[in-house]
Amino acid sequence: MRVAFTTSGDSLDAALDARFGRAPRFLVCDTDSGAVEVIDNQKGMDAAQGAGIQAAQTVARAGVQAVVTGHCGPKAFRVLSEAGVAVYTTDAATVAEALERFRSGGLTEARSADVDGHWV
Amino acid sequence: MIIAVASGKGGTGKTTVAVNLARVIGSPVRLLDCDVEEPNAHLFLSGEASERETISVPVPAVDESLCDACGECGRFCAYHAIVSLATKPLVFPELCHGCGGCALVCPRGAIREVDRRIGVIEIRNADGIVLVQGLLDVGVAMAPPLVRAVKAKLVPGEHTIIDAPPGTACPVVAAVRGADFVILVTEPTPFGLNDLALAADMTASLGVPFGVVVNRVGVGDGRVHAFCRERGIPVLLDIPDDRRIAEAYSRGKLVVDALPEYRGHFERLLERTREAVRAS
Ligand code: SF4
Ligand code: SF4
Repeated sequence: MRVAFTTSGDSLDAALDARFGRAPRFLVCDTDSGAVEVIDNQKGMDAAQGAGIQAAQTVARAGVQAVVTGHCGPKAFRVLSEAGVAVYTTDAATVAEALERFRSGGLTEARSADVDGHWV
Repeated sequence: MIIAVASGKGGTGKTTVAVNLARVIGSPVRLLDCDVEEPNAHLFLSGEASERETISVPVPAVDESLCDACGECGRFCAYHAIVSLATKPLVFPELCHGCGGCALVCPRGAIREVDRRIGVIEIRNADGIVLVQGLLDVGVAMAPPLVRAVKAKLVPGEHTIIDAPPGTACPVVAAVRGADFVILVTEPTPFGLNDLALAADMTASLGVPFGVVVNRVGVGDGRVHAFCRERGIPVLLDIPDDRRIAEAYSRGKLVVDALPEYRGHFERLLERTREAVRAS
């Protein structure tokens, strides 16, 4: 399963970015093979509006099945659910920690956005 | 003559300058309140609204029975207002700029445009001043189309004063564009200078001639005046930091009515503005 984590770094020990739409990068981990891939979110960061929507399209196109981040706004959530991408929120400090919680089943899938639009 | 009154930030006395100028310019005069998020020129003028008009922008509506999820609409939209990921598109009307492009590119003719209300325009006659006011609905972030709708109420040949929204973003540009002259209102403080510099750059880039009114002279320092000298920007009027002006404002009174000794100030502002327009 391919899972995207929001981060400002480019490796597993990097910090987990609490923002979804304006996170600088996504670290995509393949939970089966352990392979890691970095995806840029420059377009989301630069967007004046709709950053969350842009970011949601970026990860959906990367073919992930889940996103793990700090918070997710309503527009991004709508796009992700439409694309069949599950959203998990966590307060884990690093990507590795978030991955560990995800693997051990310690995260529950978000049923709705947990912040309002402008937070993303 | 179309004069726009603008300011790099709110609370500098922009509306005071606009309404008092409208009062001294003589009729027929139209005051266009384009500060659509917080219109307040009406607080200084009497008269009930005589006309009301609802303003809408076109947003897409998708007929899912015709859509084959090709994704063209989403690829076209630069504002992420319509999104299709190999799925029937999602529409985010609050982000839509109403360009109509998605409907044009849809190969299946699945998109038509429907109206989304963004606000209202009210027109009232207040002792010789025709006030046209735009009011954006709560929660709507799309000010420029409403600003343009207010400006469409302009009557060529009439004196026109535009009270522009504060700041230097799209709504201000929409308000100021097409004016003969822009009056930038600021205060003689470091913040005032910072915002004035931004507003001056924006106005210059639109190619509209402009001058400055410095409000509350006496507080702060001389840097705003020095900045204007350096840049060759005319200072059209200094309004002193007079408690009675603030009092008149808080009671919803025009300065030129409550404090007749200031009438000459605004007449001079008008005269200098006319000279500056002629010279440009
Ligand atoms: S009308 Fe223009 S801005 Fe609105 S959704 Fe369609 S393409 Fe995007
Ligand atoms: S362009 Fe038309 S057919 Fe294609 S996804 Fe959009 S609405 Fe559907």
